[in-house]
Amino acid sequence: MREEQHIKDEVMPDADGPVVAGTSLWKDAWKRLLKNKLAVFGLVVIAIMVVVVTIGPWIQQWLTGLTPDYIPEDGDQIRSFPPSWEHPMGTDDAGRDLLARVMQGGQISLMVGIISTIVSLIVGVSYGAIAGYLGGRVDNIMMRIVDIIYAIPYILIVIVLLSVFGGENIPGWINSLSEFFGGGAGLNQIFLLFFALGLVSWLTMARVVRGQILSLKNEEFVMAAKATGVSTPRIIFKHLVPNALGPVIVYATLTVPSVMLTEAFLSFLGIGVQAPYASWGSLAADGIKNIAIFPWQLIFPGVTMALTLFSLNFLGDGLRDALDPQTRKF
Amino acid sequence: MSENNGNLLTVNDLRTYFQTEDGVVKAVDGISFELKKGETLGIVGESGSGKSVSNLSVMRLIPEPPGKIVSGDILFDGIDVRRLSDEEVRNIRGKRIAMIFQDPMTSLNPFLKISTQLMEVTQIHLGHSREQAYDHALEMLRKVNIPAPEKRIDGYPHEFSGGMRQRVMIAMALSCEPELLIADEPTTALDVTIQAQILELIKGLRTELGTSVILITHDLGVVAGMTDKIIVMYAGKIFESAPTKELFAKPANPYTKGLLKSVPDPAHEHGEPLYQIPGLPPDVANLPPGCPFAERCDRAEEICEREFPPFVQINENHHSLCHFAKEVHASSGGE
Repeated sequence: MREEQHIKDEVMPDADGPVVAGTSLWKDAWKRLLKNKLAVFGLVVIAIMVVVVTIGPWIQQWLTGLTPDYIPEDGDQIRSFPPSWEHPMGTDDAGRDLLARVMQGGQISLMVGIISTIVSLIVGVSYGAIAGYLGGRVDNIMMRIVDIIYAIPYILIVIVLLSVFGGENIPGWINSLSEFFGGGAGLNQIFLLFFALGLVSWLTMARVVRGQILSLKNEEFVMAAKATGVSTPRIIFKHLVPNALGPVIVYATLTVPSVMLTEAFLSFLGIGVQAPYASWGSLAADGIKNIAIFPWQLIFPGVTMALTLFSLNFLGDGLRDALDPQTRKF
Repeated sequence: MSENNGNLLTVNDLRTYFQTEDGVVKAVDGISFELKKGETLGIVGESGSGKSVSNLSVMRLIPEPPGKIVSGDILFDGIDVRRLSDEEVRNIRGKRIAMIFQDPMTSLNPFLKISTQLMEVTQIHLGHSREQAYDHALEMLRKVNIPAPEKRIDGYPHEFSGGMRQRVMIAMALSCEPELLIADEPTTALDVTIQAQILELIKGLRTELGTSVILITHDLGVVAGMTDKIIVMYAGKIFESAPTKELFAKPANPYTKGLLKSVPDPAHEHGEPLYQIPGLPPDVANLPPGCPFAERCDRAEEICEREFPPFVQINENHHSLCHFAKEVHASSGGE
């Protein structure tokens, strides 16, 4: 008995003390992430941005009474005021406060990025995991389908979807979804945009996950799981997908800015978000018309968007380094 | 299929082939063996001799394609394993036949807690609720002598040493009290002191639970003290099968003799080189027509290269695949 105790102490010096919590893998990654200055900068900027766009409009309305679609009635010839104390970012052509519009645009831009990424996570991860695990002919067919969709320019798909299903032809379920949030043609268009961008953004995710699963499925723990009678769906989603989570998180963080950029591009072209709603892309599109006379109309939404995209990319890169110990720099 | 003569497992003329670019690899080519309840069988052979494949075949775990069980019967407790649906096989795996793998470092899922992995088995097979499964997992960890199991159970595999992980694997394998435990080189990846502990553990739990065990290894020292009978495999075939004592005392096959001679002996004459069987195992994709061991055999004659050797019965339980089985048996008496 004494000897046993001795062995116990030797093997596990902390046997009677607090045992280290089991999350050290993620804790490690978190520590590495915090060492990366750019990633921390990105994280802070994104956190601030999210807070500002969610509660900013309320605070502004409470303080000054300005809303994104408030158009002053006293008609000056020139309504676009430069930045002032009352309008920190100036106003647009119609005299609407630009700060309010940038904040509202941020809501929509971030939502587009996040919702499309969630869609791509759900569809892409399951699709890629199933293809990779089943392998053989199933994998071949599934991945050729991805290749085919990939070969069609995705902007084209989105434009076609938006113009075919936009306006009157909106599918019922999108309509009811937007009705839930207040309804209207503008909201319909935004939800359609979420859907269309989500539809094309899962392709790369599927490929990333498939590659991961391909290399993981021959690991012995999969054989061990099979040998204990675990069913195939459970092996895929409970045993394999968690192991592929690192690259998935990294890729998802990098999908957000790329989808936001696409949204901005579409709105810039005039087929994305429509007035009275605004996104950073549509604000920039409005601003570019008056760049010579009212530069603040372009500069503020543009800089805000660029800052957010930079931060997301920094964060994504930081996460990649943090979650992959092999590539970490000492 | 009801007459199983008290046998838990009967394998009859099992052939598992792999389709590769170099042709058909006959990884297991016509092996037969029986295992009674509570018995321990050792399967010995060099790497690539078909030890693991024959046991993966028993559990229907051969990846298909490229592998395929071409023919043969596998009767487990009267059930023809080859005829079962995937669903039915899953109900046997882990519940009635369990397996321990070679490398404990890779056979636990690094992303799941030990508790999750242990609980999964009983939740699937015994219909345990989370609480029941957790308590059962705790009890199993205690059974395999993991210190402070209530503190370790929620840890991740990387927090465990190799020996501890193998203990966890054993706990997992024995959770449902299976009738048959297949241990595929359970100690190969562990150092010698841990090896002995793990073997003792398997031995103890075997007697406690009355489980039959198939112990696959390439280490004759491991099987010597643990098994009731031994099968020696070479190039996908059974070269010799005999009760353990008899095999060590009077081997009837030159290959077995070679293996026994290759075991390092502490009483070995100083300075004398260690014996080794010359050459390498043959390429099972294109075997010569004669005895697959002929090239490396020290007593091969012309007939060995020409004709495939017969499976000679020496006595009731002792068989050997050799043209000169009886002569070898007779000559190996005094060693």
